[in-house]
Amino acid sequence: MNNLKVLLNGIVRENPTFVLLLGMCPTLGTTSSALNGMSMGLATTAVLLFSNLIISLLKSLIPDMVRIPSFIVVIASLVTILQMCIKAYAPSVDASLGLFIPLIVVNCIILGRAEAFAAKNTAVASAFDGLGMGIGFTIALTLLGAVREILGTGHVFSLSVFPDQYGALVFVLAPGAFIALGYLIAIVNKLKK
Amino acid sequence: MKKLESTWYNMVIVLTVICIVAGAALGFTNSKTETAIAQIKERQLTDGIKEVLGGGELTVEETDTIEATGAVVYRTDRGTAVQATDPKGFGGALTVLVGFDAEGHILGYRVMDSSETPGLGQKAQQWFQRDGKGNIIGKKAGSLSVRKDGGDVDAITASTITSRAFLRCVNNAYAAMSGSTDVQSGATRQIGGQSNE
Repeated sequence: MNNLKVLLNGIVRENPTFVLLLGMCPTLGTTSSALNGMSMGLATTAVLLFSNLIISLLKSLIPDMVRIPSFIVVIASLVTILQMCIKAYAPSVDASLGLFIPLIVVNCIILGRAEAFAAKNTAVASAFDGLGMGIGFTIALTLLGAVREILGTGHVFSLSVFPDQYGALVFVLAPGAFIALGYLIAIVNKLKK
Repeated sequence: MKKLESTWYNMVIVLTVICIVAGAALGFTNSKTETAIAQIKERQLTDGIKEVLGGGELTVEETDTIEATGAVVYRTDRGTAVQATDPKGFGGALTVLVGFDAEGHILGYRVMDSSETPGLGQKAQQWFQRDGKGNIIGKKAGSLSVRKDGGDVDAITASTITSRAFLRCVNNAYAAMSGSTDVQSGATRQIGGQSNE
C-alpha cells in the first residue's frame, strides 16, 4: 500500500467518524459550532501524527505485554504538551476548546491507530496514516459542526444564512448532535454505494 | 530489529525509560510556556479591569481575596472591579469580572471564563451590555434577578440557567465589594424544575 493510498484511506474509505465510528465523545461534544469542530479536528490531527510517528519508531523496543501503557504515556504526554502550547501561543483557541483538549488522550482513534497501524508499519507510512485519519476526522467534525450551527443558529463561521430566531435550538444542544450525526452517516453511506 | 521479549526485566526498563523521557519532555515544555501563559492571564485580567471600568488607564490600589467565595476585589482609582465565580452555569463554572462605581452601580462586565453552550449561554458577553437586550449597565447590583424569578433583567432567550448564574456572579461580586459576608444575598435560589431550560 503506497503512502497516498494510506492517506486517502483515513479520509474516505475508513473515515474515523463516518465509517469506523471511533472517537464519538469529542465528535458529539465539541461540534456545537463549525469552528469548534474544526479546531478540535486539527488538534487531534497534530496528536495523531506525532503519536503514530513516535510509536512506530519505538515499536520494536516495546515488549508486547506493556504496549498499551507505553502508548498511553506517549499519547498523554503529547496531548499535555499540545495543551501547554495552545495556552501559551493561542489563547483564543484555549478559550473555546480548553476543556476538550485533555479529552484527546482518551479519544479511541488515537490509541486505535497506534495499535492497528503504527505498531505494525514503518514510520513514514504511520505518519501518513495519522495525517489521513486526522484530516478525515477534521472534515467530519467541521461538517457536523457546520450542519448543527446552520440548523441551530442560522449562521456558519461568520456567514449568516438566516436570522437566528428561526434556528432549531435542539441542534446546538446534545440531542441535535446525535440526530445530525445519524443523518450525516446515512448520507455518507448512501453516497459510498 | 526483533521485538523485545516480554520479560519482567525488559518491561520494567522500557516503561521506566518511556516515563522518564515523557517527564523530561513535559518539564521542558512547561518551562518554555510557563511565563507566556502567566503573561497572557495577567494581560487578560488587566485588560478586563480597564474594560469593565470604562476603558482608559488606571491604577489598582488594593487587591482583596474573599476566602468564602473566592471572589477577588480590585480597588482602583476609578472604581472597583470584582472577579466572581459561580459554579452552577449550564456547562460548568462561570467567571465574570464586574466593574462598579462607588455607589455600587454596574459600570461594565466581562465574562472571563465560561463553559456555556455556544449560540445560547455564550451570548452572555453581549446580552447584558448596554446595547444588549438584558442591559444591566447602570443598574444597582446586590439583588438582580431574571424576570422569571420576579426581577427586572431579561434572561437570555432559552438560557435561563446561564442568566441566573451570571446574575449570581454579579450579585456575589457586589457582596464581595461591599464587604457583606452573606454571599447568597439577592442570589436566586431555585429548587428543581430547571431541566426545561
